[in-house]
Amino acid sequence: MKRKQKRILLRIIASAILLCFALVLSKAVKINETVVNALYLAAYITIGYDVIIKAALSLRHRRLLDENFLMSVASVGAVALGEFTESVSVMLFYQIGEFFQSYAVGKSRKSIAKLMNIRPDTARVIRENGTLLVLPDEVIVGDIIEVLKGEKIALDGVCVSGNSMLDTSALTGESLPREVITGNEVFAGCINMGDVIKIRVTKPFEDSSVVKILNLIENATANKAKSEKFITKFSRWYTPTVTVLALLLAVIPQFFTDNPLEWLKRALIFLVISCPCALVISVPLSFFGGIGAASKRGVLVKGTGYLETLSECDTIVFDKTGTLTKGSFSVFSVNSDKIPKEALLAICASIENYSNHPIARSIVTAAGEDYKKYLVDDIKEISGMGISGKINGHRIFIGNSFMMNKLGIYCENSDALTVHIAFGKEYAGNIVLADEIKEETKEAIESLKEIGIKETYMLTGDIEKIAQNIAEQIGIDKVYSGLLPQDKVDIFKSVKANGKKVAFVGDGINDAPVIALSDVGIAMGSMGSDAAIEAADIVLMDDNPLKICEAVKIAKRTKKIATQNIIFALAVKAAFLIMGACGISGMFGAVIADVGVSFVAILNAMRTLK
Amino acid sequence: MKKTYTLTELDCAHCAAKMESEIEKIKGVLSVNINFIAQKLTVEAEEKDFNQIIALAKEAIKKIEPDCEIES
Repeated sequence: MKRKQKRILLRIIASAILLCFALVLSKAVKINETVVNALYLAAYITIGYDVIIKAALSLRHRRLLDENFLMSVASVGAVALGEFTESVSVMLFYQIGEFFQSYAVGKSRKSIAKLMNIRPDTARVIRENGTLLVLPDEVIVGDIIEVLKGEKIALDGVCVSGNSMLDTSALTGESLPREVITGNEVFAGCINMGDVIKIRVTKPFEDSSVVKILNLIENATANKAKSEKFITKFSRWYTPTVTVLALLLAVIPQFFTDNPLEWLKRALIFLVISCPCALVISVPLSFFGGIGAASKRGVLVKGTGYLETLSECDTIVFDKTGTLTKGSFSVFSVNSDKIPKEALLAICASIENYSNHPIARSIVTAAGEDYKKYLVDDIKEISGMGISGKINGHRIFIGNSFMMNKLGIYCENSDALTVHIAFGKEYAGNIVLADEIKEETKEAIESLKEIGIKETYMLTGDIEKIAQNIAEQIGIDKVYSGLLPQDKVDIFKSVKANGKKVAFVGDGINDAPVIALSDVGIAMGSMGSDAAIEAADIVLMDDNPLKICEAVKIAKRTKKIATQNIIFALAVKAAFLIMGACGISGMFGAVIADVGVSFVAILNAMRTLK
Repeated sequence: MKKTYTLTELDCAHCAAKMESEIEKIKGVLSVNINFIAQKLTVEAEEKDFNQIIALAKEAIKKIEPDCEIES
């Protein structure tokens, strides 16, 4: 608890004791009324002096409608009506409410700060005169830093010695530790779980991933959610409206009633309920909690507005390569009637080893050590078709269907991901490759459907057959294949034209135009990629598609809690306004309602953090 | 030029919104944002007017919440 909070707590207790004394003395013992009134006054001043001073200040600055002023008018009005007990208790409960509010806000600030406690404090830099412990921003690019077991990596860099495991959960939300060996890139904010590693720093501290993430989150409220803007606007109208109503309630019935004081009292009750604090505090708190919860899971949201929009999206468009698939090829099947499959793969790999084509590389990888099995000479690469080479004097051709046609050999599959092999003029078999689907993709698409995403699209430059095949495997609704980057923009426009809210998920490298068009642009797997962090509205820190579901879930939950708070606070306030006007609720009830709503709304907002 | 300051003793969200709209009215301010939860004030303005604007912003904040201080 802060000093200020302790002070106010003491004042609350002191004032409550004084109030009790006054009540007991006035009821039980017949003593001088002046003494009792003096006690009331003491209780009132103890708890309310700062409110009165602030009210006087706002009067001087001609801002009549702030809550200090309203509370002062209400409590002074109660005194004028001879309701000393109510006067003191209005102030007392108002202060209790403020106290709870400041305590709850302090608590949530702390828990959000804890989530974001990834900023490294020191770096262990190796200089000529030994290892120095310095501030991370004193380290320059090219320095070597040392990270001991259990320490946080202070700067982005490349591991130059040592093997270890890193806990990247603060950045990625991924709980499995990541292995790091010499030559690997490492990021600030990760914790070294194993042996000592040495890192050559590649970026100054202010450009490191961890600082970028923190800046992103701290500036997150720049793009405010519609609900937040609504509340700000609403509160601007709410307080003046209620005050005018209070005035009307005090004045108009005076012409018809023989009990003018009763209506003055009801007007004062209105003033007590007029403070919009519960709303104004709980809605931004809900959204900020949501952003905090998302970042804990490795999902960075650039503004509360994006979180809100994501909760409303019913369509998600995916880029294929790098998002749904790994973006690397793997051997899907080896087919041959002539020789054993392993032998065909080994022969093929021995020759493909001389090519740098991505397909060639994946065949070599699939063959393991076997690519060294055969001695190859007289390599000829035929651009757009394939490669040929001689093994034991036999010429072997490896390539696509065009190459087979040129050789005069008939072959069936003509797509780009089937590699045909011919021994001389004789067809030997083929190898089918596939763009590898990420393990989590299918589950991710399924659970997106479960949580209310109605349509999913996949955009790809691949040929239709492969695109269809992948779409069927993972359960995507609609596929557009054979696209050039410009086509993607046009198709995206047509998807959006139906008035849907559309999110786009890409790997952030060449999707910038589509990301810019989308309602929410999500970049994935982009830890350290500046371009992606710039372009996207939401950044997923690792390339696991399940993170998209997490983001949507958090967005929906946050929106739900914010809406609950708005409805709850408005309903309770409206109820007490009506009850106050009808004379059912007294001032006590009004104050408790006001404090209670704030308290419950804040507690509810805190749930978004989980 | 854009600069971020920490606001200490910023206790009331309602007041933060009021501060924001008051600072917005200061001549020369291009954009202003107060993040209540993070207790951060971000002001964007021309560099030559900056010190003057911050002084005015301090005054505006004091008027709304006397306990609140700006720290850079």
